[in-house]
Amino acid sequence: MKAIFSLLMVLALVVIATVGAGAAKMQTIFAYCIPGTAFVIFLVGFVCKIISWAKSPVPFRIPTTGGQQQSLDWIPQNKWDNPSTGPQTFMRMVLEVLTFRSLFRNTKVVLKHDDGKNPIVAYVSAKWLWLFAILFHYGFLIVAVRHLRLFLQPVPAPLAFLDWSDSVLQILTPAIYISDLLLLTGLTMLLARRFIDAKVRYISLVNDYFPLFLILAIALSGVYMRYIVKVDVMSIKDVAMGLATFNFKVPAGVDVSFFVHIFLVSTLLVYFPFSKLMHMGGVFLSPTRNMPNDTRMVHYENVWNNPAIKPHSYEAYEDDFREPMFEAGLPLDKSPEDAA
Amino acid sequence: MAKIIKPDEMLKSINYAPPATDWMDLPNDLSPGRWAYPAKLEKVEYLMHEVPGVFGNPRTWNPADPDWQLPSNWKEIVVNGFRERLDKYRSLKLFMDICVRCGACADKCHYFIGSGDPKNMPVLRAELMRSIYRGEFTLAGKILGKLTGARVMEEDVLKEWFLYFYQCTECRRCSLFCPYGIDTAEVTMMARELLHLVGVNINWILEPVANCTRTGNHLGIQPHAFKDIVEFMVDDIETITGKRLNVPLNEKGHEVLFITPSGDVFADPGIYTFMGYLIMFDAIGLDYTLSTYASEGGNFGLFTHSDMMKAINGKMYSEANRLGAKWILGGECGHMWRVVNQYMDTMNGNLQGPQMQTPVNPITGTVFKNAAQTKMVHIAEFTADLIKHGKLNLDKSRNSDIIATWHDSCNTARAMGMFDEPRYVLNSVVDNFHEMPESTIREQTFCCAGGSGLNTDEIMEIRMRGGLPRGNALKHVVDKHGVNTMACVCAIDRATLIPLADYWAPGVKITGLHELVGNAIILDGEEERTMNLRQEPLPGMEEE
Repeated sequence: MKAIFSLLMVLALVVIATVGAGAAKMQTIFAYCIPGTAFVIFLVGFVCKIISWAKSPVPFRIPTTGGQQQSLDWIPQNKWDNPSTGPQTFMRMVLEVLTFRSLFRNTKVVLKHDDGKNPIVAYVSAKWLWLFAILFHYGFLIVAVRHLRLFLQPVPAPLAFLDWSDSVLQILTPAIYISDLLLLTGLTMLLARRFIDAKVRYISLVNDYFPLFLILAIALSGVYMRYIVKVDVMSIKDVAMGLATFNFKVPAGVDVSFFVHIFLVSTLLVYFPFSKLMHMGGVFLSPTRNMPNDTRMVHYENVWNNPAIKPHSYEAYEDDFREPMFEAGLPLDKSPEDAA
Repeated sequence: MAKIIKPDEMLKSINYAPPATDWMDLPNDLSPGRWAYPAKLEKVEYLMHEVPGVFGNPRTWNPADPDWQLPSNWKEIVVNGFRERLDKYRSLKLFMDICVRCGACADKCHYFIGSGDPKNMPVLRAELMRSIYRGEFTLAGKILGKLTGARVMEEDVLKEWFLYFYQCTECRRCSLFCPYGIDTAEVTMMARELLHLVGVNINWILEPVANCTRTGNHLGIQPHAFKDIVEFMVDDIETITGKRLNVPLNEKGHEVLFITPSGDVFADPGIYTFMGYLIMFDAIGLDYTLSTYASEGGNFGLFTHSDMMKAINGKMYSEANRLGAKWILGGECGHMWRVVNQYMDTMNGNLQGPQMQTPVNPITGTVFKNAAQTKMVHIAEFTADLIKHGKLNLDKSRNSDIIATWHDSCNTARAMGMFDEPRYVLNSVVDNFHEMPESTIREQTFCCAGGSGLNTDEIMEIRMRGGLPRGNALKHVVDKHGVNTMACVCAIDRATLIPLADYWAPGVKITGLHELVGNAIILDGEEERTMNLRQEPLPGMEEE
């Protein structure tokens, strides 16, 4: 139901773009106005979200420690999973962001028992989620970076090299991009996983299906443009350069699939800052990962620490129990006579 | 132990396939056994007086009744409290926004593994709160509602929070596996703070908190009784070793203040661990004192509200100052070390007196640089250092009947990272040590299912369900290696693992680390020992 709703929403977007840019001839709006506005919303929204997170303080250092702490000199510390310095924490974050290290730990629980007897709770390796996530994210990253060549003239050498190496397989004409395969495989697998794994299906929301369908539609429309209708890339680059240089020319000779593609991308840009996709920025701010485990070594300040909160005092305690303490022969700050 | 279903029936009842009904439409099961008893009226009133603004709505109530006697503006209190915490804790705000529901955490929770209840999947536990965040604070949630997983605060939601945020032991195992480090412990802590504001609470947490505030320890042991208990233990040690130890209480002018959870003073088998500490301090001639005012290492305040945690924790530095101690040595406890490692100095560092210094082991000269700021050392670190320097005279053979395994406590594991120190000590005092399977130890360790104030008997079925992963891993090494003892550094473990082992892996004894150390230590001038600290015959002494 939630998946169907999400799929219908994406299909509706496709129809809007097809009708709008095709039949209704609103090509300028779809080529420049919508993407330009979407990009601004994305930038402002992204920054605002980060600022809103940053405005909330981090009162306590609460890293989740995943290995041996820094302790006695002869006990080797696990510096990447339980960092105690800035550089070590930086390494933990680099591994987290670039290699999805926490996800790589994933296991799957299996409960076996012979009708209530001889139970075995086993934890089997489950790297699929990690693999799909890596395929998808790196595929998407390369595709996105590759698109920069449409916005830059002349194309910088590193981008040209990326484009060349991405199509190094030299299959089909135009040559198939490896990143397209990674992206589509990753997306399909992540989506399939949401349908097949009953637990994940149970927790999935429109918020989860919609971006998957949307990005899938973006990728498929891109594939359609490149490999099936074989659109004129130079006229698309004119539009892209126009967007980048604020030099808007009426798009000419561009297939309607381009407008569908760019409209879906615009939707993604607008949706991004208000959705779970903000994990892209949020992962850097997570207090259980980006802080060293060092609060026994150096002071950490809580901006809203309230010094007025004091423990129940020893004086009050002794007042409460002075007689029995005296009788038991426990040392007292004030003898019963002094207190009287 | 309360009567609960047998292990085989429990196993047969576990089904990981979620129900057909959407989780928002599942009714709350508030039958007895599903919740811990609410706090006594006078405990709430006392705490409201001691730490204002944390607790509310004192009354006598029953979760099984339809009417929870909430204040008329309870919804406003909860929603405003939620908003306030979003502004105070970046963690909360971030964790409400960035979860992608990938499901990596879903089967990492011991309560889910033992129950199959979908709301025990950490992701869904957090969604209980996240759904309210969307429904009350985001535009999309307000417009699109349930489709986007949003809903508004209702009485049934509050009841659901009570059920499920008191089925989380704040063990952080899910957080380890989360690609963004989303920490359900943090979410649970916030939810419990909100529940406390409207008087939804449990006695097993608030009574210890009230006791700790007044008497200095969770169990409510008053100073003179505390002294009697210590005397009993000194008597027992004399019976076992032939040596009478001097144990200073509330004395000024000693170098070290020793603080351990009161469970070690009160309950079997914690008392044997306590006797182990005393024997070791005598063996090395440590210049220390105990305190009756700060006679609690644990801090159930952690399970209520940050202000309450701070107020209780502040006693440690206050007492070190009053007694003139240079540093604090801390006993075997789990959540105590979450507080000491991650909160203590931030909350109460300003209470440290000028006499406090970076801890130095007076016997070996080792400087505990990792405790330079808190001035507080874990006894496993301290003992490992002593043994490494050959300062303890140990007779391992006294523990030769023990085939041990090691249970890492959640908090010393995932909120500190103390793994190799206790293992080094354990290996130095026992001959036979076998690890449980890799996915159940060290940073991946499983909770005893009684942490965060849930070690109460009325929810024994929930505890035994949550105990399945630990119990099964234990059973594995019992069958494979003949393990007969599970050692740990946590007072709650020492209480909760006993019924857990009886239920899932019968025949395993639970000990603290320093019980085994105390057994092995040869004191100067002691008589030949014939029994261990439990006064059972030592290996080879059975016939005499």
